[in-house]
Amino acid sequence: MKRFLLPIGFFAVLIPLFVVGLGKDPRALPSTYIDKPAPQFDLPQLRDPSQRVSNQSFGGQTVLVNFWATWCGGCRQEHGFLLQLRKNNVIPIYGINWRDDRTKAIAWLEQLEDPYVVSGFDGGNHTGIDWGVYAAPETFLVDGSGTIIYKFLGPINAHIWQQEFEPRIAAANEAAL
Amino acid sequence: MKKIFVLFASLMIPMLGSAIDTGQAFDDPALQARYEKIIEEVRCLKCQNQTIKDSNAFLAGDLRREIRRMLTEGKTDAEIFDFLVVRYGEFALYRPRMSGKTLVLWLAPVFLLLIGGIVIVRILRERMSLPLDDQQEPEQS
Repeated sequence: MKRFLLPIGFFAVLIPLFVVGLGKDPRALPSTYIDKPAPQFDLPQLRDPSQRVSNQSFGGQTVLVNFWATWCGGCRQEHGFLLQLRKNNVIPIYGINWRDDRTKAIAWLEQLEDPYVVSGFDGGNHTGIDWGVYAAPETFLVDGSGTIIYKFLGPINAHIWQQEFEPRIAAANEAAL
Repeated sequence: MKKIFVLFASLMIPMLGSAIDTGQAFDDPALQARYEKIIEEVRCLKCQNQTIKDSNAFLAGDLRREIRRMLTEGKTDAEIFDFLVVRYGEFALYRPRMSGKTLVLWLAPVFLLLIGGIVIVRILRERMSLPLDDQQEPEQS
């Protein structure tokens, strides 16, 4: 009986590891910037290229920075929820129009309504690379000190919002008081 | 026979079109060699089982562009890998560097080999201690 203990013990350790590991999305990489200052960016605005948007635009508030594009299906999916956040004044959302076509992006906002305070235009994927973005939509939660406290990959919905964002925003606002 | 030859020859045509990286080569062959070595070591984060040399995802193209830029600016290989690791993590490198976080990756194979070795040695020892003749019991007929 004793001789089976080792393999069975090994198996017992391995199985929970597999269960946890297989349940994860292998494509969802953690951001390397969690608890670090958001990388500096300074982009022309989407609608008015003569105006800029940068980290300074956040004005010391807790904000969302949402990388989106018209070619991105997940962005279309979460658009309605982002609009809802805007309408209820939940949190300011800054958009980064990522690797997109300016005309198409403006038309998309005209047609579907604009949830963003303002969108920057990153057609050349410079800010995207600096922020470690590799798939859209990606949404960063940046606190009042300009630190990235969370990143979510994929479309946000009400459930994810309650689970992942609300507690972190509450904690950030509490810490800021 | 000729038809078969033509068939095989035409099946090989797609292989000619495999060049993904359409950027212009560096004038300096040493720089070009470094560039080609680096892009073989970097994972395309969008299509995670490909290097950025093999991938035609736009992200791979953009990363190749950044690597070209850094090479022309005279950055060292280490600086270029740092640039990627800061943004995307060790996962971006096909050969992650040894550090506290990646130690498990580097040591696990040695560890597993060791366990396997111990198991084999133990099994062999056990068998060696058995009598050679396995027909000890008189056969019953």
